[in-house]
Amino acid sequence: MIHIEGLTKYFGDVCAVDGISLIARQGEILGLLGPNGAGKTTTLRMLTGFLRPTAGSIRVKEHRIEEQPLAIKAMLGYLPESAPLYHDMLVYDYLRYVAAIRGVAPDRRSERIRGLGDLCGINEVMHQTISALSKGYKQRVGLAHAMMADPDVLVLDEPTSGLDPNQIVEIREIIKRIGREKTVIFSTHILSEAEATCDRVAIIHRGKIVADSKTAELKERLGGGSRILITLDQADAAQVSRELGVLAGVARLEVLEQEGPLVRIAIICTPAPDPRPELYRRIKQTDWVLLDFHQDTQSLEAVFRELTKES
Amino acid sequence: MRQALRICRKEFNAYFLSPIAYIVIAMFLLVTGWFFFSTFFLFNQASLRAFFAMLPTVFAFVVPALTMRLLAEEFNIGSYETLLTLPVGFADVILGKFLACVAFIAAMLVPTLAYPITVAMLGSLDWGPVAGGYLGALLLGAAFSAVGLFASSLTRNQIVAFIVGAAICFTLTLISQMLFFLPRNLLQVFSALAADVHFRTIARGIIDTRNLVYFASVIFIGLYATNLVLKARH
Repeated sequence: MIHIEGLTKYFGDVCAVDGISLIARQGEILGLLGPNGAGKTTTLRMLTGFLRPTAGSIRVKEHRIEEQPLAIKAMLGYLPESAPLYHDMLVYDYLRYVAAIRGVAPDRRSERIRGLGDLCGINEVMHQTISALSKGYKQRVGLAHAMMADPDVLVLDEPTSGLDPNQIVEIREIIKRIGREKTVIFSTHILSEAEATCDRVAIIHRGKIVADSKTAELKERLGGGSRILITLDQADAAQVSRELGVLAGVARLEVLEQEGPLVRIAIICTPAPDPRPELYRRIKQTDWVLLDFHQDTQSLEAVFRELTKES
Repeated sequence: MRQALRICRKEFNAYFLSPIAYIVIAMFLLVTGWFFFSTFFLFNQASLRAFFAMLPTVFAFVVPALTMRLLAEEFNIGSYETLLTLPVGFADVILGKFLACVAFIAAMLVPTLAYPITVAMLGSLDWGPVAGGYLGALLLGAAFSAVGLFASSLTRNQIVAFIVGAAICFTLTLISQMLFFLPRNLLQVFSALAADVHFRTIARGIIDTRNLVYFASVIFIGLYATNLVLKARH
């Protein structure tokens, strides 16, 4: 559906995006993740034809952006960051204008606007001026604007920023629903959001892609296996390390805390085999009292921090 | 072209959503009405020459006030990004906004039709120069709109856009009168550039190709320069 290759953008001497390559398929929700200033917005702006790339190519279906920008713009719905809309217009008038520009047939416009009003929950603010709307409603109007012509690709730049938790959940639901048939690309710096919504995540750091794979795979591949946290009473840290450190499936053992007879350790596992049965049996043979034994899967957060650490 | 007309309609309506339109129209009618009728009875002539004579100077300030928001405001609030990612090209955006401004100037001139009607009731009015005057006013307005739109494309600050636009329009209007100290043949070159000179010819009721070409050139250069600025921002 979308092929991006070697995309590069310089602003003067500053390189904002440095040779990004991405593919987004139909029926896929792709999350662009990155710290502030990583180049997410610039990438989306080039994809939507707002900025011209310094180098590289963008293809949507069979159209190339430098040859047929209008054909691509017609297929794309875009919600820029913080939804910049005309302040003076009424919501309804604005949506009618977008419907006209997007080529919705005149007799279908009212129906379409009502449908989007239901979907985005903006029917009650249709006759208010945009400047009077709260941030959340503005965002929803922006979403309705982006979905006006039922686009094949929906591009959303930080769609949930500034929303309250209920609205965030609603917008995520909308994104998921659309993502079943269409392609959705959205940027965020909230990791739990990407984890909850995306099929695939691409992490951008300093204008480069540092990771790009299925959300689940990414966690697995970069998490370095899982961690097991154990708390023991009546034990001695040195002895625990000696006894448990040698078991199969244990890569490393860290003593987190030693407080009298209380020991907290973290065991970093190798991908295989699973060391848990062996750990349990070994602990059972000793006089230690097992207070806590749980697995701590590495969240995307840890992966993200690992990949975007300032070097 | 259809996209340009849609943008034009939206922009034209937008004038009436903000107080700008009402303020500008009121000021324009007040200024022209006062200056025209305060000396009208002294001349004891049924003509609108005095009204048309001051139009270039008045337009040099009024038109940039109308064009200043067209692009600068979009840059400022960021709606330019939503606009440009709709399926429209640069030409649609520029033409749409330009036509909206010209349409607004036409709407602003409609109430002044009361002047020739009043004058015609007082004496025998020659309608030829009046028709020429209104045609010239539209051309002049269009030329200044193109210049003002260009000024608006340079900045995200509306006040800067207004001052730049007014400065260019004012210079174009009065260039022949400002440079009276130059040698005669050089002055002729500059008076060929002066909007005022071309406008006065049309307002006398003489439709000369040279004058039409002049206004068409200013419009084209203004819009083309805007196009270049927008492309450079792209």
